[in-house]
Amino acid sequence: MKILTGNDLKTGAVIWWTGTDWSRHVDDAVDVGDQGDAIAAAESAARRVVDANVIDGEKTAEGVRPAHIKDRIRALGPTVRPDLTLKPADPNAGNWVI
Amino acid sequence: MYKYDQYDQAMVDTRVEEFRDQTRRRLEGTLAEEQFRPLRLQNGLYLQLHAYMLRVAVPYGTLSSTQMRMLGDIADKYDRGYGHFTTRQNIQYNWIKLEDAPDILADLATVEMHAIQTSGNCIRNISSDQYAGAIADELVDPRPYAELLRQWSSFHPEFLSLPRKFKIAVIASDTDRAAMRLHDIGIQIVKNEVGEIGAAFYVGGGMGRTPMIAPLIRDFVPLDQLITYSEACLRVYNRYGRRDNKYKARIKILVHELGKDEYTRQVEEEFAHLQAQNIEPPLAELERIKTYFTDPPFDTGAPDTLDRSDPDFALWVDRNCDAHKQPGYIIATVSLKPVGGIPGDASADQIRLMADLAREYSFDELRVTHAQNIVFPHVRKADLYTLWRKLDDAGLSTPNLGQIGDIIACPGLDYCSLANARSIPVAQKISERFAEQGKAETIGELKLKISGCINACGHHHAGHIGILGVDRKGVENYQLLLGGSEGADTSLGQITGPGFSEDGIVDAVEKATDVYLANKQGDERFLDTYRRIGMAPFKEAIYG
Amino acid sequence: MVEAQFRFREDEPVADPAVTVDSFGEQTNAAAVRLEPGDDARKLLPFLDRIKLVEVNFPAFTDGRGYSAARILREAGYQGELRAVGAVFVDQLGHLRRCGFDSFAPEQPIDPADAENAFNRWPDVYQATTDGRVPIWAKRHG
Repeated sequence: MKILTGNDLKTGAVIWWTGTDWSRHVDDAVDVGDQGDAIAAAESAARRVVDANVIDGEKTAEGVRPAHIKDRIRALGPTVRPDLTLKPADPNAGNWVI
Repeated sequence: MYKYDQYDQAMVDTRVEEFRDQTRRRLEGTLAEEQFRPLRLQNGLYLQLHAYMLRVAVPYGTLSSTQMRMLGDIADKYDRGYGHFTTRQNIQYNWIKLEDAPDILADLATVEMHAIQTSGNCIRNISSDQYAGAIADELVDPRPYAELLRQWSSFHPEFLSLPRKFKIAVIASDTDRAAMRLHDIGIQIVKNEVGEIGAAFYVGGGMGRTPMIAPLIRDFVPLDQLITYSEACLRVYNRYGRRDNKYKARIKILVHELGKDEYTRQVEEEFAHLQAQNIEPPLAELERIKTYFTDPPFDTGAPDTLDRSDPDFALWVDRNCDAHKQPGYIIATVSLKPVGGIPGDASADQIRLMADLAREYSFDELRVTHAQNIVFPHVRKADLYTLWRKLDDAGLSTPNLGQIGDIIACPGLDYCSLANARSIPVAQKISERFAEQGKAETIGELKLKISGCINACGHHHAGHIGILGVDRKGVENYQLLLGGSEGADTSLGQITGPGFSEDGIVDAVEKATDVYLANKQGDERFLDTYRRIGMAPFKEAIYG
Repeated sequence: MVEAQFRFREDEPVADPAVTVDSFGEQTNAAAVRLEPGDDARKLLPFLDRIKLVEVNFPAFTDGRGYSAARILREAGYQGELRAVGAVFVDQLGHLRRCGFDSFAPEQPIDPADAENAFNRWPDVYQATTDGRVPIWAKRHG
C-alpha cells in the first residue's frame, strides 16, 4: 500500500493520512494509491502538514506496517526511550520496529 | 565568562522578534516552507523524525549556572524532561513545537542565550577547549578570541547563504582538546619568535563523507588582523565553494581541489584588499572581552591534597579529573555516559543539579565538551569529595572518561531523519559488554565514536575505534574503523572490511580490543598498538 | 532591465538594457550590466566610472554569491545603482542592503509593510560594511 505521512506543521508530531484527516496512529493510515502527491500538495497548502511524502507499507494482521525501519521508528517513537513512544506500556513495541 | 552589554542583549532580543514574525507569517501562510526553512534552521530549528528539534548554542562550550538551570527548565516546560549535549558543545531538545519556538528563544534571551546559526549554511557555533582558563598548558585562554569571532559571524550579511555549513574551532595549546584540525577553520593562538601572540589558521578540515585534516594556511596572523583574515577566508569560500553538489560543497573540497597553495594565494589577495576596508575591531575590543575571562577569585590558601580513602572516589578522581593550573584546585568532568545509558543525554533534574553544583563548587561555571560530557572547571580539592558524593547520589559519577564506555554517539535513527541506522542501541550494548568484568578498565584509554550515517556527527573518523551505521538493503549494518585520532596527532580511521549486524559489531569491537590486549607493549594505548602493528592482525582476528 | 520595487536612490533609474559581464567590455556605450552568480565582479572594476547600474541576479535565494559581488563593487568605490533581482524575498532584504544593494527587483512582489520591517529590523550591527552603519565595536570604543 502507499501511505501518506508527514509532520504536523505546528507541533511537528508524526501524522498519517486517514483518507479524510491526519492521525497520529499509523494503523489509521489508508492506501492513497496514486493520489498521495495531490493530497500532500493540498494539505501542505492548507498548512496542516509539513514534509509530506508517500511511503510504502503493508496491511498486516496487527495493523499497518511501513516498509522502512525509519518510518516504523517514526510511527512508534525512539526505540531507546520506550516511555516516550506511543506505546509506553507495551514491552514488545520495540520489536515491531525491527 | 562573557556578559552581554546592552548591544548584545538588543541583538538577541531583535532576533527573537524577527523569528517570531517569521513564524507568524509561516503559520498564517504568507511565508512558504521553502523560504521559511533556512530561516528556522538559522534559529536552530530542525524538522526531525518525531518532532521539531531545537539546537541551542553554547558558545565555545561555556555556560553559567543560571544558563544551565534555564536549559533544565526549558526541557521541562517545552520538551519531555531531558536534553542532549552534542559533539559541537551545544544542547538539543527533541520534542519541540514550532508554535512554541519563539517563546523558547525569548526565554533563552533572558539569560543571554540563543539558537542563532546553530544550523543552516552559515557560520555555526564556534567551539573551543573545554579546559580553557583552567589548564596549565594553554598559552592564553582561547575563549576571548572565540567570542570576538562569534560576534563577527553573527548575522554577518555576506555569509548567511554559504555553499554549506561552516564550523570554526579555536584553541590555544599544543594539546588539541577540540579536534581543531577537523574543522572548516581551526585556529590555534600561538606565540611567534619575537614573543608576539597571534593566530595560526588551518583551513579545510572536516569529517562527513570525505574526511580531511585541515592544512596550515597561515602560520601567524597578528591579533589586530584576526577578523580581516577570517573574512578573507570566508569570502573566497562564499565566491568559489561548490554549489552544484551538496556533498562537495564544504570548504575542505575547495581547498583540496584548488590545492592549499592556490587557496592560500586567493585568501592573501583578498586579505590585502580587505585591509583597507576598516572592518577590523580595535584591539581595545579584544581587551574588553578578555576582562570577562580573567581567573576567578581562587582561594590561594586552599590545600592541595585529596583524601583518597574512599576507593570509589579515588577511582573517579583518577579517571575523570585533571590537574588544574591553580594549586588547590582540580578540573572535574561529569560523564554523561552511564553504563547502558544514552550518551550525552541528561534529565532536567540532572541538568539543574549540575547547575546548582557549579554555583556552589565551580565559581558558577560549567563547560560542555565535544565528547558530550560536562566539566566543572574550577573545583577546590577540599570540596571535591562533597561534590562527588552529590554527583554519585544523582547517578552522575560514572568514572569512565576517555575509556571505551565514554562513547561519543550521534542520536542516530532513533531521532534523526538523516540517519541510516540506530547508533544509541549499539552504544548501549558496547557500554554494557565492556562494563563486565572490568574490561573497560583493563583496556584504558580508548575513544570510541559512533555515527548513524555518513554525515559523521558522531565523529567516527576520529575514533580510535569508529563505527558507521549504514543502510544495507533496508537493514541496519555497521562498519568498523580503526586508528582515528582527533588530537594534535590527527589521523583518520581506516575501515576494517565488510560490515556487521548490531550484535556483530559489538563482537567485532571486543575482538579488536582483545588483539590490542594480546599485543600491547609497555603502557601503550589501543591507538598506539594499532599504529605499531597495523590493521592486519585486527582484520585477521575479526574476519578469521 | 528589471524594474525595482524598492529603491533607495534619488537619481533617475537607468533605462538601458543590462548587458552581460562578458560582452560589457566590447560595448563601449553600455551603462548597465548584469552579474550572474558565477561572474567575477572584479572584471567590472576598470569600468566602474561609466557603469550606472549593476543588476545582480539571484536565480536561487540560497545562492549567496551575489552578496560578495555587491560588497566587492562597493569596496572598489562603485557609486552607481546596485540592484538585486530574481529570487529576492523579504527576509534577505536587510542583509542585501548591508552588502551595498540600493534597489530591489524581486520576481514576486513583496508586501511593502513586511519590507519596511525587514529594512528597519536591526537597531545595531556587529560588522562594518560600506553601508556606513557604525558597528557595535566602534560604538563601544568611541
